[in-house]
Amino acid sequence: MNRRRALPHLVLALALTGLAAPLAAQDSLPPEAVRVGIRYTPGVRPGLVILPGSGLDSVRTIVARDLDYSDRFEIVAVPPTEQAAPRGPRTVNYPLWQNLGANYAVEIVADPLGVIVRLHDVVAATVREQRKFPIGVPGSEASRLAIHRASDEIVRWITGQPGSAASRLLMVEGGRIWLVDSDGAERVALTGATERVLSPAWAPDGTRFAFTLLGEGRGPVQIQEFGSGRRTTVSGADADLNITPVFSPDGTHLLWARSNGDGTDLYSVDVTRNCCAQRLTVGRYSDNLSPTFAPNGRRLAFVSTRPGLPQVYAMAPDGTGQELLVPFDFGATGPSHAPDWSPDGTAVVFHRELRGVPQLFVYDVTARKVRQLSSAGRNEDPTWAPDGRHIAFVSDRSGRRQIWILDIESGRLRQLQSPGAARLPAWSRRLAP
Amino acid sequence: MTSAIRTLAIAALVLVAACGGAQPEEPVPQTQPTTPTVDADSARRAQEEAARRQREADSLAAAQRDAAARSAAAATAAARAEAERMLANMVHFDYDKSDIRSDDQGILDWKFRLLQANPSLTIRISGHADDRGSDEYNLALGNRRAAAAKRYLMNKGIAESRITTDSFGEERPLDTAANEAAWAANRRAEFTVTAGPATWTLPTP
Repeated sequence: MNRRRALPHLVLALALTGLAAPLAAQDSLPPEAVRVGIRYTPGVRPGLVILPGSGLDSVRTIVARDLDYSDRFEIVAVPPTEQAAPRGPRTVNYPLWQNLGANYAVEIVADPLGVIVRLHDVVAATVREQRKFPIGVPGSEASRLAIHRASDEIVRWITGQPGSAASRLLMVEGGRIWLVDSDGAERVALTGATERVLSPAWAPDGTRFAFTLLGEGRGPVQIQEFGSGRRTTVSGADADLNITPVFSPDGTHLLWARSNGDGTDLYSVDVTRNCCAQRLTVGRYSDNLSPTFAPNGRRLAFVSTRPGLPQVYAMAPDGTGQELLVPFDFGATGPSHAPDWSPDGTAVVFHRELRGVPQLFVYDVTARKVRQLSSAGRNEDPTWAPDGRHIAFVSDRSGRRQIWILDIESGRLRQLQSPGAARLPAWSRRLAP
Repeated sequence: MTSAIRTLAIAALVLVAACGGAQPEEPVPQTQPTTPTVDADSARRAQEEAARRQREADSLAAAQRDAAARSAAAATAAARAEAERMLANMVHFDYDKSDIRSDDQGILDWKFRLLQANPSLTIRISGHADDRGSDEYNLALGNRRAAAAKRYLMNKGIAESRITTDSFGEERPLDTAANEAAWAANRRAEFTVTAGPATWTLPTP
């Protein structure tokens, strides 16, 4: 399978010379139909070319990488003759691009207020969509995010669903929380070098995040604003050990697990008033932790040790209706951890130990079936991208714990570069301007 | 002080001589006038000798008291060191388990007797995990292990208020290797003193 996939990857590598080359899938799932050769098979992944042009090379580079990372297209390499051709206003050579396997051509031209993006339908030889995108000060963080938004819109024009390039990830590395763009650019530390923090969790509006500030064996859950860095300690999470915070989809509540002599149980607090924490589970020496909301906010999944080993349960946000969510074979299935409910509500991804090694699994909520997603190395703590088809997770397949991103539909895999040993990734929603 | 005593003695002798002078029928030898001086010296020497002996006795007693205190302090320090050494003995756990193993009960029983013998002693129990399992779950697992050790001591009669618990999960491994021996060493509960007695009483063996 890797050999059959190698050719498209070669094309991608050519298209993205100078960028982080995509990595061959080590955990590829059998695709519905396997592509052979450069020419696409209709109905699988359309070919797409980013047309060369004058100026704006940095914008084209970002868009090309975003569209590649969306894993919805075969990116067609621009031949050297076309790269070298004189730049300037010219008509699009539809027959050439069609011969090279492109269904779509993306043209990016300068505009006084930003860029104009045109999507050409190569087969129909027409412009299908055109829109002006303000991109602000070139090279700035806001500008990069604006370009990512343009990429997501191109994906929406073609597939009907936007991409997830305009999003960021939080992760823990060296005891600090870091913020990084979905393409691995713009790494920023958000917490101090002398602090020990865990479990970053996004507020749905993307303006702040919650985390555990780990002191001497105990610690509060705090909420930090991205802009000002201002922190508040969550009411009810100020004593004992408080872990695995998560915001409700409407942003009004925060759920977390509080550990003390009574065990580990889930609590909920109204963060709009930072008041009135309520206990949701009564463990009686079993642990309940790692809550994750369904996108409609009416159900949540969490980990409970009530069957002996930790497994994935579900309940209503007020603690009622507690029941097993992901089936397991008592005495045979390994411990299950770290569930994350998908943005479209149809699936819960988690990791489960298989012969003592954690592997990724996805539970289809409607079909009630569990599917294994990984097998190489240790793979844990998955988090959904806003497009609901990519997950970021921690893997030691390269030798140390790093964040990897898997497209669960194609099985394609890439690494999110970071200098140290990274863990506990949390992927944002699409970030608004 | 010495000169004051001497002055008093001379004054007393002068008084006696004066009275003697008032009774002529008693033949008082002519040498008598020198006698008061000799007697005063001798009394003074006796006084000084007594004072010196007293000082010697006092300092000997003080030295003996010091020695006793030092040996008591040494005994206290030794008791404290022994108590802390025994308290530092960890209990260990099976993979993903928080049950107190039967081979570790003796370690907890000793801590129980130490708590019993020292009513002002309070301790903290910290739970730890190996680096398998999720990072976050391991904090809960460490908490459960610390709570299990605390519950064992409470079931024997130690007041809940004397034991606090916390958890470090997999954040503070004793051995960072990735093998069974390292994992087994890292799955542990540690015991530290939060408030100790001034004088430790070791439980009788």
